[in-house]
Amino acid sequence: MAECVGVDSNTSGHSMDKSITLPPDEIFRNLENAKRFAIDIGGSLTKLAYYSTVQHKVAKVRSFDTTAKLYEISVQEEVTARLHFIKFENAYIETCLDFIKDHLVNTETKVIKATGGGAHKFKELIEKKLGLNVDKEDEMTCLIKGCNFVLKNIPHEAFVYARHADSEFRFQTANPDIFPYLLVNIGSGVSIVKVESEDQFERIGGSSIGGGTFWGLGALLTKTKRFDELLQLASKGQHTNVDMLVKDIYGGSYGCLGLTGDLIASSFGKSATADKEFSKEDMAKSLLHMISNDIGQLACLYAKLHNLSRVYFGGFFIRGHPVTMHTITYSINFFTKGEVQALFLRHEGYLGAIGAFLKGAEEDNPNQYSWGENYAGSSGLMSVSPDMNPMQRARSGTFDMLEMDRLERQLVNLPLLQDPSSYIPDTVDLTEDALARDYWLYCFEDALDGVVKRAVASQPDIPEAVVRAEKFRQKYRHKLLTLRHQPFAYGSLTVRSLLDTREHCLNEFNFPDPYSKIKQRENDMALKHYQRTVESLDALSWEDRQFALVSGVLAGNVFDWGAKAVSDIFFLNLGVDIILGVMPFVRELLSRGTEVVLASNSGPALNDVTNGELQILTERIAAMDPVAGLQEDRLTLVQSGSSSPCLDLSRLDKVLAMVVRERQTDLVIIEGMGRAIHTNYYATLSCESLKMAVIKNSWLADRLGGKLFSVVFKYEVPLGKVHHNGATLMLS
Amino acid sequence: MDIGGTLVKLVYFEPVDITAEEEQEEVENLKSIRRYLTSNVAYGKTGVRDVHLELRNMTMCGRTGNLHFIRFPTQAMPRFIQMGRDKNFSSLHTTLCATGGGAYKFENEFRMMADLELLKLDELDCLIRGLLFVDRMGFNGHPECYYFQNPSDTQSCVKKPCTLDNPFPMLLVNIGSGVSILAVYSENNYKRVTGTSLGGGTFLGLCCLLTGCETFEEALEMASKGDSTNVDKLVKDIYGGDYERFGLQGSAVASSFGHMMSKEKRDSISKEDLARATLVTITNNIGSIARMCAVNERIERVVFVGNFLRINTVSTKLLAYAMDFWSKGQLRALFLEHEGYFGAVGALMELLKPTDDL
Repeated sequence: MAECVGVDSNTSGHSMDKSITLPPDEIFRNLENAKRFAIDIGGSLTKLAYYSTVQHKVAKVRSFDTTAKLYEISVQEEVTARLHFIKFENAYIETCLDFIKDHLVNTETKVIKATGGGAHKFKELIEKKLGLNVDKEDEMTCLIKGCNFVLKNIPHEAFVYARHADSEFRFQTANPDIFPYLLVNIGSGVSIVKVESEDQFERIGGSSIGGGTFWGLGALLTKTKRFDELLQLASKGQHTNVDMLVKDIYGGSYGCLGLTGDLIASSFGKSATADKEFSKEDMAKSLLHMISNDIGQLACLYAKLHNLSRVYFGGFFIRGHPVTMHTITYSINFFTKGEVQALFLRHEGYLGAIGAFLKGAEEDNPNQYSWGENYAGSSGLMSVSPDMNPMQRARSGTFDMLEMDRLERQLVNLPLLQDPSSYIPDTVDLTEDALARDYWLYCFEDALDGVVKRAVASQPDIPEAVVRAEKFRQKYRHKLLTLRHQPFAYGSLTVRSLLDTREHCLNEFNFPDPYSKIKQRENDMALKHYQRTVESLDALSWEDRQFALVSGVLAGNVFDWGAKAVSDIFFLNLGVDIILGVMPFVRELLSRGTEVVLASNSGPALNDVTNGELQILTERIAAMDPVAGLQEDRLTLVQSGSSSPCLDLSRLDKVLAMVVRERQTDLVIIEGMGRAIHTNYYATLSCESLKMAVIKNSWLADRLGGKLFSVVFKYEVPLGKVHHNGATLMLS
Repeated sequence: MDIGGTLVKLVYFEPVDITAEEEQEEVENLKSIRRYLTSNVAYGKTGVRDVHLELRNMTMCGRTGNLHFIRFPTQAMPRFIQMGRDKNFSSLHTTLCATGGGAYKFENEFRMMADLELLKLDELDCLIRGLLFVDRMGFNGHPECYYFQNPSDTQSCVKKPCTLDNPFPMLLVNIGSGVSILAVYSENNYKRVTGTSLGGGTFLGLCCLLTGCETFEEALEMASKGDSTNVDKLVKDIYGGDYERFGLQGSAVASSFGHMMSKEKRDSISKEDLARATLVTITNNIGSIARMCAVNERIERVVFVGNFLRINTVSTKLLAYAMDFWSKGQLRALFLEHEGYFGAVGALMELLKPTDDL
């Protein structure tokens, strides 16, 4: 089990509670560099937040005119910011605080922001243990701040729950305009809050019938003390034994009002007239229905009154419990006849802690940056669900973690997306497609040995790389295992998310760019062939040249990850890809007089060229190729903001978006299997677009109804839009 | 009659202008039924005649007489049908007009057991028709309708009679076992806005389970003596006072039954407290939904009816307060003396309606 790896048996002296099975140094990670704490203490769960700076190695390229080599790769230490959120049961609070105190070395922090109903109760304990002043923040303000933050920064944060569908969780694509929305927070009572902007929200209503009612009344009725146990009871009960249904009164349905016979006419109505014992399970179920329906109804009335269609539900009553998500969803569907969807949040439990943290970190302007969920350091949805099988809970259910990395670049939509709110980057949703899921999970598992080998090979001078690579293997394998059982753990499962998870895990163990040396060698070699290639291209007739150019772009990207069968043959293709494929293509565009914006990855991902490498390559090519444009500002190199072989057009570098707008770009070329097939295959743009790739995976080729190495060359023109004189954006 | 989920409401029109001729024609059977109904105030173990509601010397479709109001539990329906057979109702050649869900549910039993054909009527049609009729007739010279003056002040809050002169539009909230909420624009033009399953049946059902009581009267009696703040968690229990950020008073209920999450609190409360909390929870919830509907439908007059309000001043005052407080005086809660009987009255009017083929 991956959780057992690295168990630190030297933590003697601060022995954690016996039931904590996770090694604490893997929970409260990076405490040495932690600063700025916030804590949200609820009725049963504590959520701790802190900010740390993470030092990790990155591969940087530098050009030296004097050396024989094209460029030098140097591994440098880079410091990035990370947010850590840890959720655990209140019972562990004291041991956790002890642990934090012992490991907190460098912090200058004097204050800990606190929110939640329990903050008051534990104030003294926190102040005594950590020596920090507890500074209380308003609960609802924190909640809303946290909610805005996750909605903005985490794609697939919100989901619709459908118990009987193929996949229970249907994740929503991140709409760039998150406002306005309604947040229904079901704690012990219910608050209904209308959120109109970052700082503007209003509690428009509420109800006293909430989670506390379920718990309190449930405890009285069933003599069951724990909230989770009550939900367990409810999931086994039959409410029809306790509730009076329409058919109990009518004998059937109340046709003329469209009320079906199974509808509840009176909650607990049967216990008023029938002289008999009712089972605990039945009463708990009836109570759950009563409360969920009531909240759903009120939420609908408020949504209607304020004309809002996005309604998010949160609070301890929901907190990932499938039973309550189901009953709330049912109720909303019933009362709005499907017009309003009940939305839930993956990180709902963290909202208060995130908000409290943000309150304390205002001087760092966290809202100015884009943040990304770190899949390597986050536990994923339902890791602590009481409804999961008990084995799972015993193993890892005690702690739940969320880590978010501050991205160097601020990410925004590609301005040329036809409809940003309906844009879905990924072509196949593996959460819903079980066959495809099985295939890809197998594929990534199978490729793992190769990735480990490559990682080790990329650091030949560092002996302990073998150990790190092994840790990487364990971590990623465990992620794959989790995803097999809970494909919804990190939002929609896609080929892209599987790749990103792998990158995150590699980075976690300091393998920043396993392909850098190979790329360097290949680029070096390809550059030697560049002049000859363009000369032979120039010798062709116009039409032949176009074919040759397209073939060049396509031939280049035949080597890839999903393409195990061919990887050996085409392994040495990277240099060809960019230098002998993409660059001549760009050159042709430039020589026609077209402005070109060439976007490449900000960070390394597999063998994809990075912006840093491309800068150097372009300089070199410009030096030896007199074609106008390469030297002038008609070619603009920009970062995409991505570090993935795939591409999410709704999360691109802000500078790229700006350049695209400035240059009045009216043709977008998306190249490569990751960017044009696994993602963006169905993306609709508001201008002409060209998607080109070779299908390098026989399973996928089968799926798409073609053969291995079939070419996808997809040219789309939106109605009435034809390419004129604007720039071309090439996403490579 | 109006056969609901919990109660059967029966109204009986006793003509007092019977001519000698009629008297002679009247079959013995009918006479005995009339005598049975009008000379008793209780029937069997569970049937009750609400004498104080009797409408005397009123005119209904050209006849003068007294309107009697009788109720018994729906559970006793089989016995009632049995009686219909024993007393040979079917020989009377009269139609039994019935509304409520039971009109459908028990239709077959009436036919099979007592050879009686029910004239089934829609319960909401009957409710509105009956309500408007009784309001027009008045309550033996007094207004049928009332409201509470100064609802926000327990000291000076007083019941004031009034009339529904211009009744439309009104939001009609019928609280029986469950709750139906109607927007009524005229006698024949209305729509069911919504409903909730948290109604009178829920109050009584939960009370029975929580306190072991058996009747609505018992439950209300307990509730009148209890203190719900021992059971409910108030805003001040959480925030120490008002939650100013949101303008919530410290005395507002934050979580119904919220204190019951703690074992110590569960061990320290009385049955009366539980009954009171149940009553307050259900009532406030109905008030809240009704208020939202009134705002959504842009109606300022909210009329509460249904047997949940019978002998239930705790709820009527609470509803009056809730409407007034949360709407900042925009909404007014109105109540009617014959709370739960309007459906039955509406059904009776169908019988007396002069039609062509009679």
